[in-house]
Amino acid sequence: MTTSISEKFAQVKSENRMAFMPFITAGDPDLETTVDVLKELAAQGVDLVEVGFPYSDPIADGPVIQASYTRALNNKFHVHDLFETLKTLSADETVSLPPLVAMVSYAIIFRYGAEKFLQEAAGAGFSGLIVPDLPGDEASDFAEQVKSCNLDLVQLVSPLTPEGRTRRIVQTASGFIYCISVAGTTGVRDELPPELTAHLESLRELTDLPLAVGFGISNPEHVNTLRGKADGFIIGSAIVKQFAAFSDENQKREDIIARIGEYAGQMAAATRG
Amino acid sequence: MSTSLSNVPDASGRFGEFGRRFVPETLMHALEELTQEYEKAKQDPSFQAELDDLLKNYVGRPNPLYFAERLTEFCGGGKIFFKREDLNHTGAHKINNTIGQALLTMRMGKKRVIAETGAGQHGVASAVACARFGLECIVYMGEEDIRRQKLNVFNMKMMGAEVRAVTSGSRTLRDAVNEAMRDWMSSVETTHYIIGSVIGPHPFPMMVRDFQSVIGKESRAQCLEQTGRLPDHVIACVGGGSNSAGMFYPFIDDESVKLTGVEAGGRGPEPGEHASTLSYGAKGVLHGSFGYVLQDDDGQTMDVHSISAGLDYPGVGPEHSYWKDSGRVNYTAITDDEALEGFQTMAKLEGIIPAIESSHAIAHAIKAARESGPDETIVVCLSGRGDKDVNEVARLLGREI
Repeated sequence: MTTSISEKFAQVKSENRMAFMPFITAGDPDLETTVDVLKELAAQGVDLVEVGFPYSDPIADGPVIQASYTRALNNKFHVHDLFETLKTLSADETVSLPPLVAMVSYAIIFRYGAEKFLQEAAGAGFSGLIVPDLPGDEASDFAEQVKSCNLDLVQLVSPLTPEGRTRRIVQTASGFIYCISVAGTTGVRDELPPELTAHLESLRELTDLPLAVGFGISNPEHVNTLRGKADGFIIGSAIVKQFAAFSDENQKREDIIARIGEYAGQMAAATRG
Repeated sequence: MSTSLSNVPDASGRFGEFGRRFVPETLMHALEELTQEYEKAKQDPSFQAELDDLLKNYVGRPNPLYFAERLTEFCGGGKIFFKREDLNHTGAHKINNTIGQALLTMRMGKKRVIAETGAGQHGVASAVACARFGLECIVYMGEEDIRRQKLNVFNMKMMGAEVRAVTSGSRTLRDAVNEAMRDWMSSVETTHYIIGSVIGPHPFPMMVRDFQSVIGKESRAQCLEQTGRLPDHVIACVGGGSNSAGMFYPFIDDESVKLTGVEAGGRGPEPGEHASTLSYGAKGVLHGSFGYVLQDDDGQTMDVHSISAGLDYPGVGPEHSYWKDSGRVNYTAITDDEALEGFQTMAKLEGIIPAIESSHAIAHAIKAARESGPDETIVVCLSGRGDKDVNEVARLLGREI
């Protein structure tokens, strides 16, 4: 199946570089800002964007993303409002958005209603989903539903996942494989673990899907260590921490968005080496 | 005889549709290993012998099933018996589980333990088990609960545990579970997470129920011995639901025995004012398992309230969700005020200061006794003693200590 995610990775590969996928929290601090940041990221040439759905109990996330989720929830984030906002944005012909991937807890999907959620997500312009608390074992029924909505279900593989599990997980995955760099939660780290290279090599033998690395990546040096080993990388906390500034009255909104754009532009350039 | 109601969960951790594993991939392998190790331990006579010896000589089991004569007289109905978990070492039922899980920790060759705690009883029981076996112990506890439960915090520290204050979210039990899970994400290879209730991903709900089932097994045998028959009614309080799961499970196949779980009714039925998950919640996912949960329409967990830090939880064990839907167990709620009154009645009539959690079960037992005849027997789980609560109770009653 050709999807916008697989097309994007194919295009990036043909350009002999890695895909850069920034993560932002939807609704931090409000949906208007989410739209403006998405436009800025698109203008900076990022390849995909991971859109985090704020959740009250995010056990896979470190303090930066937790705080961001809390800001969005305190500001009355609702799933339906996000879908409506993105639907309007996707229909705007003056904006060329990269493929959007939802990072969303199964707690939210289940309660919202899986079918309704998937239909609205597809209608809002999402290309795929990452469901961090739905491991491969529990995902088979849901994977079928996702497929029938023409969305990709990205699966996560951790450094602690044994080979047998990995084989099963990659079978239900599509779009790309989210390779967690370290056992732990999201957050900026100084260095990527040395075992990561071997982990990526062994994954490469088990699947033809693109491999994107996330957790702990924040600078061009990290990107350099991944070159030739991964097909893409995700940066979350290093971007999301800049969103805290939106609640600082002494800072101008345009300046913060420009700063986020500048950082994203640097990382997008780093994919080209 | 085991029936479809008692023969749960299946190999994937399902209690009917409830339970399972909704956790990040990073934890999945450890949960599989834990499940295997627990199954092996269960079959291993030396593990069981060591556990039994510790329960007898260290915890002080079996504890009594006590006929509360004056409280029975006061209610003027059914006979009330208390299962005295308050007489265990540490003063609550939580130690039944922590001793078992500490033994498992050592079988797995792990040296570090993390735990979450609400009222502090599970934190203390974890600190005790870790001190006893020389394991490192980190306890995550909400800042709000640290304020409410100073005595337990002091005790944990005395026994060498590190108490880490949780300042995120509601600063109570739910956030303590989140922080413990986050710790486990990065430490799972060297650390065992002793979950204190029948919640979380498989195998925890099954394992904690099994370790706590000693409560129901003893109660059943003691009731037969003392009264010549099974009780008519068994009552226990439900937060996450560990003392009640342990109390109810051995009675599940005894169809004549009515089972009632008592949740925290808080200040009333409005959202945010109570922690009555089974009475007012809906199906959803929280802390790695599928069950009833107090959430809004977007799946965001709601804030809860209870006078009791141990019942102040927006989820409930998947097996309780299963028992609710099957109709085997009846769930009801007792308000803060009713629990406070139960606490005082118990102290004055029986000379027993109960935990404020257990006071919810007592308050309901008083109602149930009044509605039943003198030849009926009611067994109540007195899950803990109330020393930890006296400051908070004094504050609420406007008295000084």
